Amino acid sequence: MSTQVPFTIEQFYKFMSQSKLMAGKCAKCGKIHLPPRPICDNCYSTEFTWTEISGKGKLLTYTVIHVAPPQFQALAPYAVGIVQLENGLKLPGMISSVPQEQIKIGMELAIDFKACSAGQTWPQWQRYCFRTA
Amino acid sequence: MNGKPLVSIISAGLSKFGKHEGLYAREIFSYAAKEAFDRCPKLEPKRDVKAMFIGHMGEAYEHQGHMGSAAADWSGLLGIPATRTEAACASSGAALRSGIYAVLSGLADIVIVGGVEKMTHRSTAEVTEYLAMASDYPFEQFHGITFPGLFALMATAHMHAYGTTQEHMAKVAVKNHHNASLNPKAHMQKEVALETVLSSKPVAWPLKVYDCSLITDGASCIVLAKPELAKKYTDQPVQIIGSGQASDSIGLYERKSLTSLQSAKTAAKTAYEMAALKPSDIQVAEVHDCFTYVELMSYEDLGFCPVGKSGQLIDSGETQLGGRLPVNTSGGLKAKGHPVGATGTAQTYEIYLQLTGQADRRQVKDAKVGLSHNVGGSGATAAVHIYRGEA
Repeated sequence: MSTQVPFTIEQFYKFMSQSKLMAGKCAKCGKIHLPPRPICDNCYSTEFTWTEISGKGKLLTYTVIHVAPPQFQALAPYAVGIVQLENGLKLPGMISSVPQEQIKIGMELAIDFKACSAGQTWPQWQRYCFRTA
Repeated sequence: MNGKPLVSIISAGLSKFGKHEGLYAREIFSYAAKEAFDRCPKLEPKRDVKAMFIGHMGEAYEHQGHMGSAAADWSGLLGIPATRTEAACASSGAALRSGIYAVLSGLADIVIVGGVEKMTHRSTAEVTEYLAMASDYPFEQFHGITFPGLFALMATAHMHAYGTTQEHMAKVAVKNHHNASLNPKAHMQKEVALETVLSSKPVAWPLKVYDCSLITDGASCIVLAKPELAKKYTDQPVQIIGSGQASDSIGLYERKSLTSLQSAKTAAKTAYEMAALKPSDIQVAEVHDCFTYVELMSYEDLGFCPVGKSGQLIDSGETQLGGRLPVNTSGGLKAKGHPVGATGTAQTYEIYLQLTGQADRRQVKDAKVGLSHNVGGSGATAAVHIYRGEA
């Protein structure tokens, strides 16, 4: 519960490493926060419960990145997109294992918790990506 | 809410935009300040200027923060309160807004607002990384999403929703390069062909090299005065009659719309209401074409055309010089260049020239009402200002 586990972005990524997509649900107004936040922006409550959400969704938009920052250059060109999950909330991320010419707006994708890593000193979070559902 | 002047612009300066090898940001800024001082002989800077707000986005470029004081020092104004404003690529749009707050508060009758960035000594990969710092870290940068990538996500969504094409975007580049060819201070003073834009290398599909603004060094400097004092300093003040600034979520993915910027729409609504004007009253505009798609999106967010119809507006030629509403007569960020911290008040500089009849070969005939639209990050900040010249 809220006293044990902080409702933070870092905790979101800790759940990722346990293969769980977790959002914070405000105990007062019911708003679901993805990523979780320590204070509800709607009603300012600090009481939340964790709720596991489906990692399946539809691709809203995408791009293929050719000019990448130094730590991602080895992966370029790579596709990234914004996925609308089944509960309506959105998450961005890389789209892996789909040939780039086959990526289409509206296609079904699902989160993959054990994803591509790029060398990074901080933060050492597990990076998810999206694959075909 | 009646078009009454908030502040008056009594002078303006702009450094040459381009590569300033061997110059430090504060040195580039001093050239913009000098032009503003020279243009207004009745201004005695050391006596009259009471505060300074300087847009500067990144410490990373020169390993140099604290640009407010450095810019004040190199402008010969050491001692006045000088503050750096940071709102990514809208850093000097935010400086302008801050200057308006300062004058309207009554604490300072004359203030300098401006901005500067020195970027060209860094590699493209480094600049890509530094610019991305203005986007969300844990869900965007951490996943390799670049700045062009964010705007590409919006462009793809717009193409899908409204049938906008890469040709529509390319036409923005062609237009703005033409305008820059008429601007001696622009970074790239040359025309480009539609084919050149369309066949340039991809940066973040569908955006290609020629859809992207330039990595540029440059500075801008505007002198604002309390309206009642303006005529003491110049016969041709330009009045700022509308000012809007708004914020939105730093992460693009958290927003309702992926094809428009709510921050820009909110800022525009505020500015239009303050000025008691509507989009059709605008005669010349400088908009934030950091990528060609963003100029198209701005047409819709600013009410220059209906939602989804920006491709038709660029096709119509109405936003070219000689059209009904010339946009980015300076060449825009696309071809004049985009030294990010300098951009917001560089837009103000161009509107100042246009409304005082000093825009030479790119002068919009009899322009009296202008607008600037400055976007920070992927739209987490937008600042819109409306200007009126003397009748």
